[in-house]
Order: sequence, then C-alpha cells, then structure tokens
Amino acid sequence: MSRVVHRFTRNVPEWQPRITPVDLSKANPEQLDALKVTPSNTKVSDYVLVLAHDPETLAVRSPLFNGIMYDPGGLSRAERELGAIGASIVNRCIFCAAVHAARHAQLSKDTAVTDELFANGEKAKLGPRDQAIFDYSVKLSQSPPTVTEADTARLREAGLNEAEIVDLILSTALFGWANRLMHILGDPVRKDG
Amino acid sequence: MKGIAMAQPATPEASPWLAAATSAAASSRSTIFEMSQQAESAVIDPRDPGGFPSAWRRAVAARIATLNALPELATHYLSDVADATLRGLADPAYAGRDDRERGVITFMDRVATQPRDVQAEEIEALKAAGVAEADIVRLCELNAFMSYQCRVLAGLAALKGASA
Repeated sequence: MSRVVHRFTRNVPEWQPRITPVDLSKANPEQLDALKVTPSNTKVSDYVLVLAHDPETLAVRSPLFNGIMYDPGGLSRAERELGAIGASIVNRCIFCAAVHAARHAQLSKDTAVTDELFANGEKAKLGPRDQAIFDYSVKLSQSPPTVTEADTARLREAGLNEAEIVDLILSTALFGWANRLMHILGDPVRKDG
Repeated sequence: MKGIAMAQPATPEASPWLAAATSAAASSRSTIFEMSQQAESAVIDPRDPGGFPSAWRRAVAARIATLNALPELATHYLSDVADATLRGLADPAYAGRDDRERGVITFMDRVATQPRDVQAEEIEALKAAGVAEADIVRLCELNAFMSYQCRVLAGLAALKGASA
C-alpha cells in the first residue's frame, strides 16, 4: 500500500478500487445503458465500473453532475471548481481534489490559488472573492454543515448574487456526494509505482 | 427521462426538493432539482434494492438527516416507515439490531460524519461480514446522496433566511 497518495497534488493519481469493478463483458443491459457504452466508446474507468453495481443511481447521477458543474449562467466554472475543492479538502479526497485543482488551474490560467489551498488547507489565504467562496464551501462541507445567514451575507459582500450563491451551494454539495464515493470506494495511487 | 411531475409524491409539500426549488434564485436551476428528485428515488426506492429494502433506507436516511441537524428532513423520511424496529435505526444513539447491522450502521455513520477518516479495512470488514460488493456501493450512494441533499437544503435555508 506504499503507493497510496496521502498528500494533495494537482498530478492526478490513478484510482485503485476497493470493490471489484463490474466486468464489462458480463454487464447487463441496464448497466451498459448507465455506463453509456457504445461500439465507439468502450473505454470505461474502474471508478465508473464500480458505480455500475448501482446502475439506477449512476444513470441519474451523471447528468446531474454535468448540469451542476457545466450548465451555462450563474457562477463561473472556475468558481464552481473552487466549491468542489473546498469539499474535497474537508473530506480529504485526494483524487477529487487533484482532478478539480487541475481543472481550476486550467480554467483560471493560474496555479497560485490551488498552490495556496494545498499548502494551507482550510486555513488558506486567498483574494477576497475566492476567500469568501472557499470559506463558505468548507463550512457547508462540515458534518453537520455550519453555514448561517451571516455566511450568505459574506458571499453577497464579496459580490456574489443570489444565482451564483445557489450554484456554489450545488457544486459544494455535489462534492459531498462525489467525495463519499471516490474516497470511500478506492485509493489514490501513484502511477507506475 | 421522466418528468418531475411523475416522480412526485401525492402531496407536493412532502418533497423537500420542490420546496427548495420554489425560491426565485433556485428556480433558475429547476432541471437540477428535477434530477435531484430522480436521484432521491434511485437511492430511496430503487427497482433493485439489493440487500437493503426501501423502508430500511428511509430509516437510515432519517438518521443521516439527524446527524446533519436537519430534523424536518428526518421527519420526511421517517413518516413512511411503519415498522417500529426499523424506526429505531433513525436514532443516532441506536447502533442496530445484530452484529452485521451494527457493522453497517457504524460504517454509515462514519461515511456521513467523518468520511476523511474511513480506511480500506472498513470496506474489507463489511465484505467479511457478508455484505455483497454491490450492496456496499448501494450503501455509499445512499449515504453520499444524503450528504448532498442535506447540504443543498442547509445552504438554501441560510440563503432564504438572509434574503428575507
């Protein structure tokens, strides 16, 4: 198990399942449908093959995930990623944090924010708007969540409108979900270890 | 994809998603709330529930809502659970009816409240206790969905209060 990655990184690790992935050659029609396997698309990750043990949930989760992270309008895509990273830091999901930090760096064309997040975790110091977004996502991700009206007011003071706040709530909450699959059902491991 | 109207319970106010989506800002994401309702059906009332029937899932969903300090959501899930021994599972002070269930409930509490600390050995312990691998995935999806729902509702409540 020495290959397991324990520190936050933007270098996306491999994901080693703790549950046997569904064997694609033995998958039933409902599983194939949820996996979106077509003759031209037969490459499916172990993560999605593990989730195919519950195809009914997988089938509704994928479009929900895409809608929350990519639907137009509202909060910028990079700021939705920041909400996802806040959740992933609280829940210590190394794999999710890596994927979404890399995406944040790419979208914002800047690695300074995610460098600071990984160096200082929940105590990271960011610009005013990013700070308000990150702090909110950390509080919402705690168990139980600790957000109050004062936290909403702080987002407004940082310039977020109501629709942007809704998107931040959704993207942060979605990673409360994703972290509890990715971090619980497998381990992040170094490539070629 | 089924429309939200088909997925609703008989009394609309019984759906926490409908109540959440009625606020002005949230209505701009109405599709998200419709899909969230479908996800709730998939984890609470699935066509293939595996080893964990719907009433058990509702009781555990109520338990997770309580662990997240959302009593109204706990009531929503518990209202359809008639069996008194299952209702007991909604109380976080109660750990389960036998060793196997106590193992599952302890795991569910850990995933709900301390996911960062959950180790590979805990998954192996479930397997050793005879929980099928597909059921371990189902348990995690139920738990993870509840984490999502609790946080959406907590965030929107703090937004609604602040905009009043």
